Amino acid sequence: MNYIPHTDNDRERMLEAIGVGRVAELFEDIPKKVRLGRPLDLPPGMSELEVYSLLYGLSKKNLNLNDCVSFLGAGVYDHFIPAVVDHVISRSELYTAYTPYQPEVSQAVLQIIYEYQTAICELTGMDVSNASHYDGSTAAAEAAIIAAMHTGRRKAVVSEAVHPEYRRTINTYAHGYGIEVTEIPCSGGVTDWSRAPEAMSGAATLIVQNPNFFGCLEELQSAERAAHGAGALFTVIVDPISLGVLRPPGDYGADIVVGEGQSLGNAPSFGGPYLGIFAVKSPLVRRLPGRVIGMTRDNRGQRGFVMTLQTREQHIRREKATSNICSNEALCAAAALVYMTTMGKQGMREVGELCTAKSHYLAGRLAEVGYRPAFQAPFFKEFAVRCPVEPESIVTRLAGEGILAGYPLGRAYPQFRDCLLIAVTEKRTRSEMDTFVARLEGLK
Amino acid sequence: MKRLEPLIYELSSPGRRAYSLPECDVPVPSGAIPPGMAREIPAELPEVSEVDLVRHFTRLSQLNHGVDTGFYPLGSCTMKYNPKVNEQASRLPGFAAIHPYQPEETVQGALQLMYECSRYLAEIAGMDEVTLQPAAGAHGELTGLLLIKAYHEHRGEKRTKVIVPDSSHGTNPASAAIGGLEIVTIKSDDRGGVDLEELRKVADRDCAALMLTNPNTLGLFDENIHVIADIVHEAGGLLYYDGANANAIMGYTRPGDMGFDVVHFNLHKTFSTPHGGGGPGSGAVGVKKKLAPYMPVPFVTFDGSKYALSYDKPLTIGKVKSFYGNFGVVVKAYTYIRALGPDGLKRVSEDAVLNANYVMRRLVPTYDLPYDRHCKHEFVVAPWSIKKRTGVRTTDIAKRLLDYGVHPPTTYFPLIVEEALMIEPTETESVETLDYFVQAMLEIAEEAEKDPDKVKGAPHTTPVGRLDEAGAARNLNLRWRKPGD
Repeated sequence: MNYIPHTDNDRERMLEAIGVGRVAELFEDIPKKVRLGRPLDLPPGMSELEVYSLLYGLSKKNLNLNDCVSFLGAGVYDHFIPAVVDHVISRSELYTAYTPYQPEVSQAVLQIIYEYQTAICELTGMDVSNASHYDGSTAAAEAAIIAAMHTGRRKAVVSEAVHPEYRRTINTYAHGYGIEVTEIPCSGGVTDWSRAPEAMSGAATLIVQNPNFFGCLEELQSAERAAHGAGALFTVIVDPISLGVLRPPGDYGADIVVGEGQSLGNAPSFGGPYLGIFAVKSPLVRRLPGRVIGMTRDNRGQRGFVMTLQTREQHIRREKATSNICSNEALCAAAALVYMTTMGKQGMREVGELCTAKSHYLAGRLAEVGYRPAFQAPFFKEFAVRCPVEPESIVTRLAGEGILAGYPLGRAYPQFRDCLLIAVTEKRTRSEMDTFVARLEGLK
Repeated sequence: MKRLEPLIYELSSPGRRAYSLPECDVPVPSGAIPPGMAREIPAELPEVSEVDLVRHFTRLSQLNHGVDTGFYPLGSCTMKYNPKVNEQASRLPGFAAIHPYQPEETVQGALQLMYECSRYLAEIAGMDEVTLQPAAGAHGELTGLLLIKAYHEHRGEKRTKVIVPDSSHGTNPASAAIGGLEIVTIKSDDRGGVDLEELRKVADRDCAALMLTNPNTLGLFDENIHVIADIVHEAGGLLYYDGANANAIMGYTRPGDMGFDVVHFNLHKTFSTPHGGGGPGSGAVGVKKKLAPYMPVPFVTFDGSKYALSYDKPLTIGKVKSFYGNFGVVVKAYTYIRALGPDGLKRVSEDAVLNANYVMRRLVPTYDLPYDRHCKHEFVVAPWSIKKRTGVRTTDIAKRLLDYGVHPPTTYFPLIVEEALMIEPTETESVETLDYFVQAMLEIAEEAEKDPDKVKGAPHTTPVGRLDEAGAARNLNLRWRKPGD
């Protein structure tokens, strides 16, 4: 199957119009020396029926979240996705369009992104949002870069309780751009702010995650003082679902808010595609990476939407752009908007409350059977427990029974070898949690 | 003409809801979130019913042009048809509903797909190893440049210069800058290719890499590619292939055979995954053996019976993104490659090139052709003589095309051609569609002579007319606010 409409007659007619005898003549400018003198070594093509069977077979080799009970989070969460989300993003006028370079025929994407920007600003308490970044980790990395551009300083300070994969991504970008990265250690599952003043000297930004990787809520006043006291920008990484019940970072002095938008209506999809949330306070608007949509008027006096502030971007400024990002995650942002619209003002809070109640129920039950909380700090929907048995073996054994037990913290933090990180979304029921508790108790 | 749609916020009414959640089946804890950390005022999100929500987004979507609604010859973007089986495959629960940290034994199918897709892309590129981690083309560029930087650093060389031709994509210099490298831009020669003399002058001991698309953004294949490769390699630099234009060469030549050391592919161009109104994409990066030690982690291994994720690369540049890349996009590209096979992919490039040459020849001499050669998958024309006689410019022609239900070509790019119209028909368009486009372009040219104001005032039939972009940038309105706020 190759999705090409031409018949041999069509090709002949076209070759004649061009004035060549064979298609191969159009490739004669490729020097013999660099030509591939053989067919590509790939499996032969197949029909739609065959290729779908093949893909279906591969998909069946994976245990999917609908067929198991998952307590696995660590940055990617199994939240409920209302049916309308996939319905809307399956509109092919949306998903088969390119970046809205021609606003007259792109008002759908443009208005959706404008509405998305508004919702993100409301949720985070910030002034301006971009049209999305690749994911939470790259958004965090580019936050460090725009902070460096803005302050003229070449140092970023990152809490050790920031997602390990984010820290790795920040380090990669920082090494490339020429930013030194310093980490602040943790104590009791939260950042040890007594270590901040020393670390912050000469820093462009302080990057903290809330709830942090361990699920704990950080003490953010101290973080804000540490950042601004050193003349640095205060960057907060958020879980957008938590903002239904947690104070928005705009309220406690954040200059930049980034985060993983996956939990807003996007499937876990084995790690992507997701979307990076990227919002700033007004003074940083001209530093924003990537697309930003603005409202304007057309020549008929109607309201309309366009890409704006394009002089920040690579296609205009080339090497002087604030970022190299071109393609973003527009369709994932559309999914996030549809999710936020479906849940609305009350639903976002209710989801947060359900997550809080259920996770605290499970934490309490687990403590009763000898899986004690690893940290005393308050948490939202995710928490770590100390396990009387090896966490990796728990994960392996329970996976065989259709339970994804969580994330063994020892994978990223050797000092927490005996800890398991457990996430509870609104999807988990009391009976699923009770079964989980019973199974863990049985493993002791 | 289609009606515009209010903002979802303007449809909101307090107390309406489109969601339903189960009753809480556990005790509600008190004080779980300390007061200072709790949200006091709910986020101002829309309150609408489900039917209002669905109508809002359905009506809105009808204001958009996509590949499924009409021809989309946007140069360098490869807006080919997006096969529906790919969409269906990527939505299978066994792909969409799996967590990146699940135990490896529970995701063997996903790992197999990634492993095989990397190998297929390596074969198509003529490279030794491929990473699927980058999320988009520009992200792939940054990854590739960081690999090149790591390679030089490991050899104890400090090379900071990246050479790009003046016809290059804007992301090339921007990616180099974000990667902490300096840009040197060189002029194209009179055939639209790299000027070898210019290249020799700047390819020196500071040269980290040359970034090139071949065919370039004029749609022209640079016949000197092996000479170019020799010049850069002799200077100790490496060659980076921007794969945005790879739809032109599959099965005919490979970046690896041309002498390139690093390649990125845009899976959302060449391999038919949809662009989603701006994303998500996927920017897989392939490298020759000498750069493999620096590749991002993890990568998938196969021991003959079991697939696994390995982090064993002591010299890795690290991670460029969390997890393993835009897996859902990779599923679509994999499905496409399996459906087409080697013969299908070669046919894709042949017919993409055939279509471009056909349209190009039919537009000449009404439109001016800056470089009169066979093109590859795209080409650049310009309405120089039309403009001279009538004052009608490229923008006007582009906007008038909207009235014909056609998405305009890329305009004013590459920068080296004044009033450029960069046209990429792709292989999935029938000769009837191409003829319709040619007819529209010829009619517009005629109209420019007879009634230039009609062209200059276009579009006339779209939901909105020309928008005030300068005004948008001057009076920033980037979010809705409740009246009175």
